Amino acid sequence: MSHDFAIVWDHRDRFLDGLVNTVWMCIAASIGALVLGAVLAMILMARRRWLAKSTQALVDAMRCVPFLLFAYVIYYGLPSLGIRLDNWTTGVAALTLYNSAYMAELLRAAWTGLPRDMIEAGQAFGFVGFELFRRIILWPVVFAATPIFGNQMIQIIKDSAFLTIIAVPELTHEASSVQSTYYIPFAAFIAAVLLYWLLCMVVEMGVLAIGRVADVRR
Amino acid sequence: MTADANIAAGLGGGAGRPVLEVRDVCKSFGPLTVLSDVSLTVARGETVCVLGPSGSGKSTLLRCVNWLEPPDSGAIFLDGERIGMRPGGHVAMRDRELARVRTRIGMVFQHFALWPHLTVLQNVMEAPIHVQRRPRAEVRDEAETLLAKVGLLDKKDAFPARLSGGQKQRVGIARALAMRPTLMLFDEPTSALDPELVGEVLAVMKSLARDGMTMVVVTHEMGFAREVASRIVFVDHGRIVETDSPERFFTAPSSERARQFLQRYTGTPTAGAVPAFA
Repeated sequence: MSHDFAIVWDHRDRFLDGLVNTVWMCIAASIGALVLGAVLAMILMARRRWLAKSTQALVDAMRCVPFLLFAYVIYYGLPSLGIRLDNWTTGVAALTLYNSAYMAELLRAAWTGLPRDMIEAGQAFGFVGFELFRRIILWPVVFAATPIFGNQMIQIIKDSAFLTIIAVPELTHEASSVQSTYYIPFAAFIAAVLLYWLLCMVVEMGVLAIGRVADVRR
Repeated sequence: MTADANIAAGLGGGAGRPVLEVRDVCKSFGPLTVLSDVSLTVARGETVCVLGPSGSGKSTLLRCVNWLEPPDSGAIFLDGERIGMRPGGHVAMRDRELARVRTRIGMVFQHFALWPHLTVLQNVMEAPIHVQRRPRAEVRDEAETLLAKVGLLDKKDAFPARLSGGQKQRVGIARALAMRPTLMLFDEPTSALDPELVGEVLAVMKSLARDGMTMVVVTHEMGFAREVASRIVFVDHGRIVETDSPERFFTAPSSERARQFLQRYTGTPTAGAVPAFA
């Protein structure tokens, strides 16, 4: 057994490459999903009900698709629409789109949970439209949503492991290829699991740090 | 221009035309009629206190004035200019037109409604800079003067969550004044405060009234109303039941309902009556 872990250690550069790819993908997807989710949340809260309703249907549908299938659909679907992206970009796009639906929901929940009179004060002082959103609503929503946002990032990290099926060279993919070469499934996957766990710890710490900033601001 | 001069601008000149005119306003929420045919005129420099039992429509009246609650019918004029509707009164204002009118009305909320993500100073500066687009340096000077006036300059970099209720409300007042409003609306500004914090807020409002700010105050503070109001408007069941000078209202109200109300709120002992707040 210790021999197995020695093999993993010998190939630490591949694990590290995989981890770095996973980190970049997750950062890109988190930011992308947050921005897209914020736009979706704005539409969900729009006064034009038909627009809000149809977006809601889209968001609900998205949340009911297994990510694995969603990744397949993006991977095989986009080329048939004439859009050709490399695997890495396809993976990030799938992660971003998929999680933007969740982000939209959690931002909307934080938004509806804001004290009504704080937003009314914005209106009473002459804020309107996008300015009202950007200056009065956005930050309180973000601060209120920080803990659940951390949760969603962890979800993104775990979802990213599925992208091995479209041959994105992320952590699971590297672990998988090392194990199949040397037939050391247990050691290779345990190593990957520990690295994922480490990554999630970093996210948790980040959430705590942001939480301290957010605490006095809500 | 100093902050004091701005506040004074709320009273000077233009005598004759009322600052606020509310004409035959009606408002219902579903089957519930909240305001029926309410009319009210407020002259420059007046402090009008709106009194009445809970649920009588006082707050709704105030919220109709700046169109946070659009009335079902009737009209509201600020300095002779129609609010909420375009001239002619058939077409509703667009959001941006409405927003522009609202900048001339300062509002103070029962639950403060400060913006929690901004410091005290930023709260005061936010709308003058980003709505009125006035120069930052000038706004900053004026905001600091206003914070000094409400006694909170030393808290300017604190976040609202770190303030007491009384301090929050004084920031709320400074924030409204920073817009250089022609009219100030107070929606039960002391109702959410611990009793020992009420005084500091009322003191600020008194000094505003003395400086000649035009104010409409919905309140349950009878002592304040009696001392500061130029007129008392008594509302019950969505109607203005009487309008009086404070002296007259508190000593010899003309309506039976006002008499009952006063008994309950001031505990003025009348023969055989049991004070509500024993």
